Amino acid sequence: MSGRRLPEGGSLIDRTRPISFTFDGTEYEGFEGDTLASALLANGVVGGFRSPILGRPRGVFTAGPEEPSAFVQVTEPWFEAITAATMVDVADGLVASGKAGVGALTREPRPTKPAVHRSRHADSVVIWSAPRSLHPVAYTDAQSQKDPEPNGERPLMLLDGPTPTASSFYDPYDVMPHTTTLGLYDDGYIVALQREAGLDTLWHIRADRVTLSTDAIERPIPFAGCDLPGVMLAGAVRDYLDRFAVVVGTRVAVFTTNDSVSGLAERLAAHDAEVVATADVRDGWRIAAAEGDDAVQVVRLIGPGGERRAVDADVIAVSGGWNPNLGLYRAIGGGLRYDDSIAAWVPDGTGPGWLTVVGAAAGEAIPPSAPFWYVPADDYSTHFVDLQRDQTVQDVLDAVGGGLRSVEHVKRATYIGTAIDQGRTSGVLTAEIVNDALGWELGAQGPTNARPPYVPVSFAVLAGLDRGPTLLDPVRTTPIHEAYLDRGAVFENVGQWKRPHYFPRAGEEMDRAVARECLAVRNGAGALDATTLGKIEVVGPDAPAFLDRMYTNRMSNLAIGSIRYGFMLGLDGMVFDDGVAMRLAEDRYLVTTTTGGAAAVLDRFEEWLQTEWPDLRVYCTSVTERWSVVAVGGPRARDVVAGIGTDIDLSAEAFPWMTWRDGIVAGVPCRVCRVSFHGELCYELHVSSWHGRHVWDAVMAAGAVPYGTEAMHVLRAEKGYVIVGQDTDGTVTPDDLGMGWIVNPSKGDFIGKRSLVRPDTVRPDRKQLVGLLPEDGTTVLPEGTQIVAGDGPIEPPVPMLGHVTSSYRSPVLGRTFALAVVRAGRSAIGTTLVAATRSGPVPVSVVEPVFYDPKDERRDG
Amino acid sequence: MLLIRCPWCGPRDEIEFRYGGQAGLTYPSEPEALSDEEWADYLFMRDNPKGPFQERWFHTAGCRRWFYAVRDTATHRFVGTYRIGEVPPA
Repeated sequence: MSGRRLPEGGSLIDRTRPISFTFDGTEYEGFEGDTLASALLANGVVGGFRSPILGRPRGVFTAGPEEPSAFVQVTEPWFEAITAATMVDVADGLVASGKAGVGALTREPRPTKPAVHRSRHADSVVIWSAPRSLHPVAYTDAQSQKDPEPNGERPLMLLDGPTPTASSFYDPYDVMPHTTTLGLYDDGYIVALQREAGLDTLWHIRADRVTLSTDAIERPIPFAGCDLPGVMLAGAVRDYLDRFAVVVGTRVAVFTTNDSVSGLAERLAAHDAEVVATADVRDGWRIAAAEGDDAVQVVRLIGPGGERRAVDADVIAVSGGWNPNLGLYRAIGGGLRYDDSIAAWVPDGTGPGWLTVVGAAAGEAIPPSAPFWYVPADDYSTHFVDLQRDQTVQDVLDAVGGGLRSVEHVKRATYIGTAIDQGRTSGVLTAEIVNDALGWELGAQGPTNARPPYVPVSFAVLAGLDRGPTLLDPVRTTPIHEAYLDRGAVFENVGQWKRPHYFPRAGEEMDRAVARECLAVRNGAGALDATTLGKIEVVGPDAPAFLDRMYTNRMSNLAIGSIRYGFMLGLDGMVFDDGVAMRLAEDRYLVTTTTGGAAAVLDRFEEWLQTEWPDLRVYCTSVTERWSVVAVGGPRARDVVAGIGTDIDLSAEAFPWMTWRDGIVAGVPCRVCRVSFHGELCYELHVSSWHGRHVWDAVMAAGAVPYGTEAMHVLRAEKGYVIVGQDTDGTVTPDDLGMGWIVNPSKGDFIGKRSLVRPDTVRPDRKQLVGLLPEDGTTVLPEGTQIVAGDGPIEPPVPMLGHVTSSYRSPVLGRTFALAVVRAGRSAIGTTLVAATRSGPVPVSVVEPVFYDPKDERRDG
Repeated sequence: MLLIRCPWCGPRDEIEFRYGGQAGLTYPSEPEALSDEEWADYLFMRDNPKGPFQERWFHTAGCRRWFYAVRDTATHRFVGTYRIGEVPPA
């Protein structure tokens, strides 16, 4: 094989723009418009590639995305881990090397080609393969799709290839060149990749109608040594001649089942190359073997009477027939039928109504082909079917011999069709070899399906501009965030929120910092940013009645100025979310939700108001980010709030537990709430977000110790306050938590009420919330640890009684403790069970789930 | 990516919506009057037809309105969408 560039011709190359590139360390010249494959062939490069498993020499086999042999890694100007040489456009400074098998990333980040994502809409989209061997067929059949829309919009053409110079054929279209359609999805949704110099664009296109003209893909024919460099698809030989003015060899043997090779001999002869032998299956001639050291040197033919010939050749052009290229069509639900005349599968007319398949892709004007799948031989060990998986006819026969019948199973046994090329050249062959080996008729089962993306797509393209440490998910921070950064807070992700986890002082470990923060709240005053709690205003004359139906307890009789804690349940009676409701006016409440449940609660309010109770006059508004909330808690909390200045009487008598007052705090308007998530005296300061930082700074200056979510968790668990989503998991009722008091059965119906008396929810042996004290006082049980019976040796099967939901070290108790849900746990209080930790069984005492101040004597300070 | 016609906003991409399950399940006016079996039926039992199915959808990232749709579960094709209170398309 000794390829060379002709002095003229080549529809895709621009000879005025020579290009230098490097392949496997050697510098070569090509032209603008060349692919890496065509430029290498023009330079007489024969092989240079290796097969991934067997390490056999390989060369360029095709001229398109079906390439199964010539894979490269590109390192300059942009990094690309692995791609087909037929899909790389040469560019100045391109550096590539052969790459067998799978791609590899470098340890160091490499510059990748810039990529963006864009969207557009179109009435009509034509998906067009680059003009190739069969293109005259496709041209005529697509004429019906070229008329402008009534609104004057031109049909959009996604052209998989460069725009050919001066072709009136493209005039009616709005052409997007260099665009490969990666996938078709429901309702005319197209994802396509446009590769331009210096920029890749991932397009998301919604089309009213889609016309698919994806041409056909030629089949190879397996024979001995059919993978040697120099063996190529006949259409590729012609493509390189027509498009790139490259004659791939001087002595060409042709092996065909059809007439698509007609004229090739004359074309080659005109350029000092000759067809030295033609083996036409229909005449009884086959190519039995290709031989050569690292490339084709000798071709062995066998005739209808068994006669044998050997011919010197450097290229074998193979055409085993043409398969309509239907990967995109099949992946969106289009079906196939077998067409005997071309020995291939064609669209059967099913599939979505917005999709039309035309041209060769529809099986039109494909040359009739003899059904011929491989050359019979005694030894099939080099009759390659899937070059990229190094799988042969023998491998397929072995799979069938092993009892496999479905091509789906054969695919999984051999991995045929699972490589980068998705079996474009091997899929139909494999199906027919299986059919033949089973004695089934032609086309009894078709090829396996290829799925999007149609060609490999790099993660860099999929990421587009969405790069960097914040990635795709928005980061939500409170107005006080900068102050935490200044203090060196360690953050925790709570949903999308960044919340301070703890505030380490110099040299302080997490455990010590959390203990210090806990004790500050228990003995002095601490401050927590509670801004992230969801906040919803519920407004309207029917707001009281509505909240009565959403919460387990009554909200309609709540006095203006008062606050009530409540649960919301699912229809199944399980705890869904919790929070407090403040009554701001006769027709106005502000309810809080968990940080993670804010959106779900608002959704749920709206769902019931719209779908079940449209008669209720209620509006819901999310105000989470309108308010900054600083919770000042601890025995000294009153001093801190008084110290930053307020016109509100903070005494327990004038401002009792579970009420709110509006006034001025630290010089700004503030709503102060007497609620507490740690049992100490606490004032939650709700201010406009504009003033959040100001109030925080004032509280800090007054001596409150900042604490984070970890201390908050410890403090609330000491009091047995549950966190919905941590101590509950969607299978827990209020009674399971020992909070039956929060359910008011005497009021009217509320969501989940009926389920609380279902047989399953009143079982006495349900899992119930209890406290656990590890007997050693020092073990922090991992959350999730299983609880098992305490008496006797532990031998499987071990009945699981429950699990640990919260577990901490309590500085105020001077020991470790946990919350757990345990089967019939309340009746187990006073007994000893076992926590089955990874490091061995830990005896635990079962206790009431309140560890500190059980009589609530501290909340007034 | 389905194209879903919100009866208020027009055709929009699927990602703007949330699926709301079977339509036409009315919250009982007196749940406590129902037997355990009847309540469990309301709570858990849903139709699962192959073919046209009346569903609820929520235009989460749009107008935030709930609406109804008739969708063919075998083909994903939307027969039509309609507002609460309107007559379903045939």
